[in-house]
Amino acid sequence: MSTQVPEQVEDESASETVSTGKQKRDAKKRERAERVQEQREVEAAEKARTADDTYHLKVFRYDPEVPEKQEPRFDDFYVPYKQGMTILDALMWARDHYDSSLTFRHSCRQAICGSDALFVNGSQRLGCKTQLSDLSEPVRVEPLPHADVVKDLVVDMEHFYDQMEAVEPYFQTNSLPDGELEEQRQTRENREKVKMSTRCIWCSACMSSCNIAAGDNEYLGPAAINKAYRFAMDEREGEDMKQRRLEILEQEHGVWRCQTQFSCTEVCPKDIPLTEHIQELKREAIKNNLKFW
Amino acid sequence: MSQSYNRGLIEDFSRWREFSAGMWAWIFHKFTGWVLVGYLFTHIAVLSTALSGATEYTTTIQGLESLLIVRILEVGLLAVAVFHILNGLRLLFVDLGVGLEAQDKSFYASLILTGVIVVASVPTFLAGVTI
Ligand code: HEM
Ligand code: SF4
Ligand code: FES
Repeated sequence: MSTQVPEQVEDESASETVSTGKQKRDAKKRERAERVQEQREVEAAEKARTADDTYHLKVFRYDPEVPEKQEPRFDDFYVPYKQGMTILDALMWARDHYDSSLTFRHSCRQAICGSDALFVNGSQRLGCKTQLSDLSEPVRVEPLPHADVVKDLVVDMEHFYDQMEAVEPYFQTNSLPDGELEEQRQTRENREKVKMSTRCIWCSACMSSCNIAAGDNEYLGPAAINKAYRFAMDEREGEDMKQRRLEILEQEHGVWRCQTQFSCTEVCPKDIPLTEHIQELKREAIKNNLKFW
Repeated sequence: MSQSYNRGLIEDFSRWREFSAGMWAWIFHKFTGWVLVGYLFTHIAVLSTALSGATEYTTTIQGLESLLIVRILEVGLLAVAVFHILNGLRLLFVDLGVGLEAQDKSFYASLILTGVIVVASVPTFLAGVTI
């Protein structure tokens, strides 16, 4: 199963001066050691397989640079369960004990960096936020759907980031306070309004779950629209800025593409009410265009 | 960018593997909407027989109603129409941002209510019209 380079069993510096007899003996010894090692691996895997407190993971494998992995496949890993173990913990255990070439992104391990959104048992979840005990076996771990797979569980996020950038995801205003050191204060109510929308960690789970985004590459997608909501609803940006934001959102591939399937809202690991925000922006856009007063 | 693998069909189907209320509501709504459009044409065709006179119309209706398959299709039409209307109302509420947290429950409610109405209508439809 392992595509790891086997460890060197003997010291190479001595090989020049030794006789052919010793070389033969060493070769035999090495062979035996390898066989023992193999045997041990098989036994360990067998033990893990039969133990009741292990979890069976089926993990998507693909690597365009390794001939045996060019055809995508699923590898089985049996991981001993520890209380509180997450999908990410299990993947790390599998990588450290079975196959160091198993590739996935992770960093914070606390649902804040957004790097480990995965497709687990048929839905988008954050690896570090999903308890193994909540899942039925075998646990299928795949890279996010609707994204190009670079290697194993790693997908190309470029398109997602492009959509995020397209909505100008930063604070802009034309009405700066007079004093240079004066703060740009926000009312409590306004902060409360945008609170949930600020929690996005750019994990792309929502984008990956969206059927519309899957069929229309130009659709901004839930995360980008939510990002736009965060600023469009921020009263400190001012009326003309809001106008500009609504113009971006009203485009052909903006808010109107949303068909209220709620799949983004269901998968978002930060519980952002994405559909609600998109719907509110649709109403804002209409109100904006129907202004008779 | 490095090479990447397109998971093809698996990719397209994998997103339907996990049941999600909103997704099915969307599919059913599109489907029922287009069935209704289709029915609209047959409806107009049947009604237009009245242009050739009252007896022509009556015999057409009688002819159609005498077929069991037509009466079964009518039950199907009712199911499609009722679901489309109920889920349509649900979608209007969704558009207004009302009750979004219950969107899955309201979809199940539309389904159940459709089922009840359809079952209740079966005797009437299968009996057919007697003109
Ligand atoms: C009381 C009756 C009806 C209600 C409340 C209703 C409601 C709705 C709503 C709200 C939508 C929009 C769904 C969305 O947001 O994507 C819709 C779509 C649709 N409706 Fe109806 N509808 C009704 C009757 C009909 C009838 C009689 C027909 C056929 C002649 C029909 C055909 C369609 C079609 C084809 C669509 C899909 C359009 C698309 O592709 O987006 N509906 N309906
Ligand atoms: S909105 Fe939620 S699911 Fe989408 S990228 Fe942000 S945190 Fe992830
Ligand atoms: S590792 Fe950072 S979000 Fe999961």
